[in-house]
Amino acid sequence: MTNIPETGRTPRVQIRLIVIQILVLSLLGTLGGRLWYLQIREGDAYAKEASGNHVQQVVQPAVRGAILDARGVPLADNETRLVVSASRTDLLKMPDDGKGVLTKLAGVLGMKPNEVMAKVRLCDAETPQPCWNGSPYQPIPITDEATAKQALQIRERAEDFPGITAEPQAVRRYPGPGKSNTAQVLGYLSPVTDEEIQQAKDTDSPYLRSDQVGRSGLEREYDKELRGKAGVTRYEVDNLGRVIGQAQADAAQPGSNLVTSIDARVQRVAEYELNDAMKKARQEWDRNTNERYKADSGAVIVMEAKTGRIVAMASNPSYDPNAWVGGISAKDYTTLTGKASNYPLLNRAIQGQSAPGSIFKVVPTAAAVNAGYSFDGPYQCSSSYSIGGQVFKNFESQGYGPISLGRALEVSCDTVFYRLSHEEWKRDGGTKPKKNANDWFYKTAHQFGLGAETGIDLPNEVTGRIPDRKWKLDYWKANKDAWCKYGKKDGSYAEKIAYENCLEGNRMRAGDSVNYSIGQGDTLVTPIQMATIYSAISNGGTLYDPTVGKAIVSADGKAVQEIAPKSHGKLPISQKTLAEMDDALAGVATRGTAAWRFADVGWPQDKIPMHAKTGTAEVYGKQTTSWFATYTKDYSVVMTISQGGTGSGASGPAVRNIYDALYGVADDGAINKKNALLSTPEKDLPKVRTDGTITSPKVSKDPAKEQRVSQEGDKAPDEQQLAGTVPTQTPENRDTRRRRRAGRGGRKRGSRRMLT
Amino acid sequence: MTGANSFQVSGYGPERAGWTRLFARDSLARRLDWPILLSGTALSLMGALLVFSATRNRTELNQGDQYYFLIRHVLNTGIGLALMIGTVWLGHRTLRGAVPILYGLSVFLILLVLTPLGSTINGAHSWIKLPGGFSLQPSEFVKVTIILGMAMLLAARVDAGDKPYPDHRTVMQALGLATVPMLIVLLMPDLGSVMVMVVIVLGVLLASGASNRWVFGLIGAGTTGAIAVWQLGVLDDYQIARFAAFANPELDPAGVGYNTNQARIAIGSGGLTGSGLFHGSQTTGQFVPEQQTDFVFTVAGEELGFVGGGLIIILLGVILWRACRIARETTELYGTIVAAGIVAWFAFQAFENIGMTLGIMPVTGLPLPFVSYGGSSMFAVWVAVGLLQSIRVQRPMSA
Repeated sequence: MTNIPETGRTPRVQIRLIVIQILVLSLLGTLGGRLWYLQIREGDAYAKEASGNHVQQVVQPAVRGAILDARGVPLADNETRLVVSASRTDLLKMPDDGKGVLTKLAGVLGMKPNEVMAKVRLCDAETPQPCWNGSPYQPIPITDEATAKQALQIRERAEDFPGITAEPQAVRRYPGPGKSNTAQVLGYLSPVTDEEIQQAKDTDSPYLRSDQVGRSGLEREYDKELRGKAGVTRYEVDNLGRVIGQAQADAAQPGSNLVTSIDARVQRVAEYELNDAMKKARQEWDRNTNERYKADSGAVIVMEAKTGRIVAMASNPSYDPNAWVGGISAKDYTTLTGKASNYPLLNRAIQGQSAPGSIFKVVPTAAAVNAGYSFDGPYQCSSSYSIGGQVFKNFESQGYGPISLGRALEVSCDTVFYRLSHEEWKRDGGTKPKKNANDWFYKTAHQFGLGAETGIDLPNEVTGRIPDRKWKLDYWKANKDAWCKYGKKDGSYAEKIAYENCLEGNRMRAGDSVNYSIGQGDTLVTPIQMATIYSAISNGGTLYDPTVGKAIVSADGKAVQEIAPKSHGKLPISQKTLAEMDDALAGVATRGTAAWRFADVGWPQDKIPMHAKTGTAEVYGKQTTSWFATYTKDYSVVMTISQGGTGSGASGPAVRNIYDALYGVADDGAINKKNALLSTPEKDLPKVRTDGTITSPKVSKDPAKEQRVSQEGDKAPDEQQLAGTVPTQTPENRDTRRRRRAGRGGRKRGSRRMLT
Repeated sequence: MTGANSFQVSGYGPERAGWTRLFARDSLARRLDWPILLSGTALSLMGALLVFSATRNRTELNQGDQYYFLIRHVLNTGIGLALMIGTVWLGHRTLRGAVPILYGLSVFLILLVLTPLGSTINGAHSWIKLPGGFSLQPSEFVKVTIILGMAMLLAARVDAGDKPYPDHRTVMQALGLATVPMLIVLLMPDLGSVMVMVVIVLGVLLASGASNRWVFGLIGAGTTGAIAVWQLGVLDDYQIARFAAFANPELDPAGVGYNTNQARIAIGSGGLTGSGLFHGSQTTGQFVPEQQTDFVFTVAGEELGFVGGGLIIILLGVILWRACRIARETTELYGTIVAAGIVAWFAFQAFENIGMTLGIMPVTGLPLPFVSYGGSSMFAVWVAVGLLQSIRVQRPMSA
């Protein structure tokens, strides 16, 4: 075949045929080369792309664990609601950016089209609320209050509503058992941000786009435990998203339940009494400022003295935690955070700090004993104490003659502490301190845990302040420029103060030490610090880290992880001094400044020994702060009301009522165990069954009101404590919440809870 | 075939009986180009598997019968083989006389497409619907008749020994003959087929020995024409879009570039040995459109990998190599031109088809010879193989 026939074949044609052959082969070579490039060299990249192509993830969010009170009553749980959401990605694919679909949807939901469209726009600097501040790839909830009929309409006509879904979802609910609120302690949730997703990406608990994250309170502190782990199912899909196989499925792990030491009933009583005390204080006339007391804020803590566990913690003003569920409306947000709001989101029990006044005196008492002064004294309780022409008066300028430190506590004699503190100040070198100054009064305060966080399991606790020499110097350095600029030698009072501060604000002056000794001046404490200290005095000197969380119980109840009480130190006093101090504080309740709230009005001191200390702190430019610190062998209760008047006057009745409720004490001093809400702290943990239901007792409609009633007469209310198994979502609780919301929201049902 | 003279078409070779005669030295069967025949059959059967893999889950196409396309593809191959045998039996010389009729018939058919009898598939109005669910794409046959017609004109005087090369007049006649159906196909519009025809014309002219001026003139004219077509808006938007997407599929991954992109992902993910027949996720997931026809190569790329894709290219290479040899070794210019035309046709169409799945050529609706599903294409290709075989079988004319 190789012989070329000797025909009319010309070389031109032969050459051209060879050219064609070479061309053809080079074309095929090109194909082969390209095929090698795609499949061998770049093969891995394309394989990855192909798997991304045909695998779709479906995420089943984990049900968030409940927050329970000490007896198992849910303070925060979930309810199933029909949530209608819109996928922005799908809407933007439509020629009109989904306007048509949203308008149709608005019709079905009975909302205004503008309202719906505002919800799906993204937030930025120029976009006012409502707008969506979550991820644009996440379905944006339009409403979580769709009726079954609306949801059906949307689902049956899916082709009319592309990108719209209507699905049942577990939504956080704060049922508020027995009208308790617990808002600041519980905290709230909001959608996860892109940054948080990035940050948590490589940790063992990464976020999902659809996650809600605890932003404050217990929801934030125990977020990881409560959140659980979302289930992910990976499906193989075809080009139209039709499922052609399931690749992998990790089931969702529901979040654990958090059992707290809160008792919903006591919580309700504490909230009610705090609010009531503040209301009453606003009726009182303040002789110093010649107006009624403002009583603008307050806090009360009920703590188990032997463990540091929180039984109740109330902060006023408060808010409805359900306002955050499903995203907060612009109006609600302004109400909660605006300048005129008085910041109800603040948990004043741990974030409110003010001068403690006389409830501080246990600190200088201990300091004096540590400095070598005898507890028994005697010390002169004059009506006033003067240093270099400056006169420091006793409260209401009363003198008691020579008394012991215990008596000084009982009658709250300021001059005794003025003198002791001043003497120590002088011993330490006065304005020119010695190198190794003892600073007993300041050192002791630090040892009591003041000026530092107590370590409570709630976020953003503040430290308060002990105005020792170091602080004075730091503070002066930070402010001297402003002071020196503003201060005038012969100006107004404020200008004179600034002038003085400019000159010698870096030094501890005699007056500073005197003011400090009675918890005035620059001293700041938080209610939780005082509750911790008074609990320590009650329990023999152990300073416990306060805790709200008591145990973390898995959703099936099988794994129980108890949160044991931890201590952060001991009070720096001997048992003898402690016993003497304990006696003195009992004396306050029996014959001292708080007697008119306890012993004089039927408190069964022999059965339930009460210890108390009152405080009325002066604040420059404001009305006095009312402080009341008390304890029994089981509990310590600390209350404060800003601009509320005197300690025993404004806070006294409320604290007494809380004790009455705890122990079931009637006004005449009779103890009725049946009425006692919690005469000893709850020791057992509530039972979580394997199916996730929780055994919890019923909570009556309003324990606070009932307590008031039972206090007056001896009539025990009907059996309130019918034990029963309450599933996490009872229709009854749901009604409560709906009613409450409907009452507040009025006609615009649902609108204030819309996602924005 | 016992005793039949059916294969003794040209009277060559000694008279022998039955199988012995068929496989005797110098017999017809011995003289057939077996590499081409076997390669073509192998490609067609491979095509059957690939088409089956691509369509067995596409219920919207296969009317609920997962073997629908498989059976038809095998059937088409069988008919194609029969057509080849028929072509060999008739012989290309015999067909030479019938070229005017065949040419006329094919032009008539493509004109028919332009009438309401024609139907549109994928934006190209190039099908004739036949009763029984069959459809015909006459532009496939036009490719054959253009080759035959041009070869007839160009080789007439040379084979008669009058001239060493076709003169200008003949070349112009031949070009005219090719231009008429090309314009009609352009009106359909079936740009891909026109491109193939242009390349065929080029190949035919080269092989005919026509002067270089014609060859380069035609290339120049083709370029000018392409620019003119682009500028004058003869092309539909979708055709331009396909071009743009080929250049950069990432520009519009959801639109036109989708085809290119998904095809490339399918092939790229195949790796060396592929995911195994019926196991390609891109194929099973139906991410690549037109996968049983224009994008059939992606099935091979994904499920059979570099090995399978390379095998297809090699088999095509065998056919083209042998066809080139046939063109070079035949004694008549007529046979040379026909073989060269077929080489140009197969080579370009294969390059264009595979090239577009690999993202190096623009996306046009062209089937991969032998492999793609489609009766008209299959028949035309096998007729062309028959022509090649006939040219080879009848080579020793002087014997």
